[in-house]
Amino acid sequence: MLPTELQRVIEGVKAVHPTRRTVLVASAAAGGALMVGWYAFAKDQTRDDGKLNAFVTIAPDNTITIMAKNPEVGQGAKTALAMMIAEELDADWSHVLIAQADLDTTVFKGQYAGGSMMTPENYLPMRQVGAATRALLVKAAAKKWSVAESECTTSKSVVYHGASHKSARYGELAAAASRFEAPDAKTLVLKDPKTFTIIGEPTVGIDSARLVKGAPLYGIDVTLPGMLYAVFQKCPVFGGKVRNANLDAIKKMPGVKAAFVIEGGSKEVFEAEGGTVSSGLLPGVAVVATSWWQADKARKALQVVWDEGPYATTSTESLAKEAEALFLKPATLSLRNTGDADSALKIAAKTVEARYDYPFVAHVTLEPQNCTARVANGKAELWAPTQLPESGRGLVAHTLGMDVKDIIVHMTRSGGGFGRRLMNDYMVEAAWISKTVGAPVKLVWSRADDIGHDFYRPGGWHQIKAGLDKDGKPVAWKHHFVSFGKDKKFASCAGMSPDSYPAGRIPNMIYDASLIQTGIPMGPLRAPGENALVWVFQSFIDELAHAAGKDPMEFQLELLGKDEKLPGRGDGLSTGRSRGVLEKVRQMSGWGRALPPRTGLGVAFAYCHLGYAAEVAEVSVAKDGVLTIHKIWSAVDVGRQIVNPMGAENQCQGGIVDALSHALNQKITFANGRTVQTNFDSHMPVTMHQVPPMEIAFVLSDNSPTGLGEPVFPPVIPAVTNAIFAATGKRVRSLPIDEKTLAV
Amino acid sequence: MQYRLNVNGTEHSVEVDPDTPLLWVLRDAMNLKGTKYGCGAGICGACTVHMDGEPVRSCLMTVSSLGTSKITTIEGIAKTPAGRRVQEAWLKVDVMQCGYCQPGQIMEATALLSHNAAPSDGDITTAMDSHICRCGTYTRIRQAIKLAAAKEA
Repeated sequence: MLPTELQRVIEGVKAVHPTRRTVLVASAAAGGALMVGWYAFAKDQTRDDGKLNAFVTIAPDNTITIMAKNPEVGQGAKTALAMMIAEELDADWSHVLIAQADLDTTVFKGQYAGGSMMTPENYLPMRQVGAATRALLVKAAAKKWSVAESECTTSKSVVYHGASHKSARYGELAAAASRFEAPDAKTLVLKDPKTFTIIGEPTVGIDSARLVKGAPLYGIDVTLPGMLYAVFQKCPVFGGKVRNANLDAIKKMPGVKAAFVIEGGSKEVFEAEGGTVSSGLLPGVAVVATSWWQADKARKALQVVWDEGPYATTSTESLAKEAEALFLKPATLSLRNTGDADSALKIAAKTVEARYDYPFVAHVTLEPQNCTARVANGKAELWAPTQLPESGRGLVAHTLGMDVKDIIVHMTRSGGGFGRRLMNDYMVEAAWISKTVGAPVKLVWSRADDIGHDFYRPGGWHQIKAGLDKDGKPVAWKHHFVSFGKDKKFASCAGMSPDSYPAGRIPNMIYDASLIQTGIPMGPLRAPGENALVWVFQSFIDELAHAAGKDPMEFQLELLGKDEKLPGRGDGLSTGRSRGVLEKVRQMSGWGRALPPRTGLGVAFAYCHLGYAAEVAEVSVAKDGVLTIHKIWSAVDVGRQIVNPMGAENQCQGGIVDALSHALNQKITFANGRTVQTNFDSHMPVTMHQVPPMEIAFVLSDNSPTGLGEPVFPPVIPAVTNAIFAATGKRVRSLPIDEKTLAV
Repeated sequence: MQYRLNVNGTEHSVEVDPDTPLLWVLRDAMNLKGTKYGCGAGICGACTVHMDGEPVRSCLMTVSSLGTSKITTIEGIAKTPAGRRVQEAWLKVDVMQCGYCQPGQIMEATALLSHNAAPSDGDITTAMDSHICRCGTYTRIRQAIKLAAAKEA
């Protein structure tokens, strides 16, 4: 997601709490605040405890504790954000501890994990915090030694005064330094990146040593005194309600403390964008017991009569049929209309036409959704693995009729996020159940709950026709996208940008859409939109290259044309940076070399979430259709600086593997208004035998550093399917790849 | 029912229903949270522990079926030389992203190295293929197993 789109997700709860934007405006307007960049540090003149600001506390033993403001979902935020502070602070990293901050956006500003925004949004402000903190320590030393601050230097948590051979550890200075006011951001001089000693160093994750020993850092590990365990059975049919349930029988089961119906509600605020199903508290039956096993066992004995609602006949087949019917009608939404595509197609030397489709996909974070809540006496305290805690707090406040100031949110480590935990349905469920039973409650979803009640990556259907001139240059592109939504509004993450590449590079273009209304919940999944659209666009560009009789790599480079920024999302696609990653991956992969029979290379690229990635896959396909991916090369441009190369490489590998799960394995289907799949066996992420060798290279362009969670994902699938075409002449136009269709 | 269990070399007494899976006994009755719930069906491997030195899916083992078996969890695996080497290698390579599957992966890798001091790539794939890492750290898992094996040699 780009910032504006993430903002939209955040503003999904705007009716009930201040947004990040309004917080920023409010703090900027707060008169007399001590601002360091974004950050206003409240000042307590009597302070002398080594707490230099909201982020940094230094103990007399020189231990530096840095607060991690953002949730950690496996993207490495906890380590990377602290590295940014520690660098400009000139901290000795071996003495740095990192503590997870609670939700407090008035102090910490944006606290979320999403949209690959951690690096671009924080790279400068976190460094400023580090530099401002360092300035306080230098000031304390200079005062102590009666020397000029400008004569002092710092290194590894020590201040030096060269001329007098004096030195002092930060720990000795922190108490005095914490009495000073924060310096003005304008006076801060940030380091020349050439002198970095922490940023850019491969750094092991701060919690890794604890994780390998099984430390209880996740939401699901939270335990409170007197805590009960809960499960929550929602209607398997999207949009359904409870009629009645055998609650009396359930209450008699071993360990069961309570069983009750939750009517659900808050629909007016949390209605899923473009859909009709609430993303807040859904109707269902809660079972609370003294252990999770007992609660879940009792749930298995539940007999609920559901009112299945208006979507009880939805199936994968019915949706496909609707899509087919919509293709036969004029599109209902015009997204882009430049030049005259219809006329250009009529006079084109050659036309190419194809249909593409891809399925719904579930997130399946390995740690199932869960939340521990203690709601009593008008106050709530929540422990949750969440990517967007502020929105979760707003949801709880609204649904339980509370004020956000009475709700404390502790962000636990998340066992994966991938966009699922931008939604906080499990938080409001836990809070409601805790309030009802009057005890602390840990709600843990089963895997079936998780797969059956996701906000799925939407499926979609595309019909494209393009024309080439006599030189094989594309001159027209006409595109009908059948997606999901209501009236003229796309469902969440089911849209397509009018500027989707190759927009701006083909003179005559039509991007149209038609929408299917459904009760299926949809939402952001890693590289939302692009995770499927880039496959369609980059596949069809590859089709055009072959139709033009041109090498696909050359065709892509030619189509990019002159260096410029195309209008569109984020910062706008830079054709130069796109070319940079393509040329790098061409060189890495030995593009153009001779290959054995039924073996091929495929290429694709994407601009996604401010980053650029180009990938080449080498595949071979046996005569019986069995696909082997031999290697994937990935060239990635996320600006001039990789903050933590250790985590960065891991993120890239993860993005590639995640995309391979979509390419090879994963497909959510629906029958009778409900999700068919109930566990990993029918929705399997790739496992080790499906993971090819990967080679990743960063192209360090002179641009601000941006994030890596998302950009590497989108080109993977088209690189693989384009390679399959090169190997076999067979074009994959439906996901996941069905090997049977590749047999001779 | 009252059960006596040998976990990580110590006898423990727990009061749970007979059909309670070992996973939930460890997590909720004994507060050993390192063993993770992922699927409850033996598919993902996050709940892997050792039963008399062999890797098993604790979500599928009922407490009443354990008898006098010796159970080892991620919290106790450092007591074995292979377990310690695997944990050190995991840290050195920094395998983790979210880290949630890694206790199960480490238990499986330790069992592999206990039987096979120098596993081939094929051996590693065969042993580890029944574990899901949703973040996709498979390349580093392989690398860490090789590093741990090399230290043994």
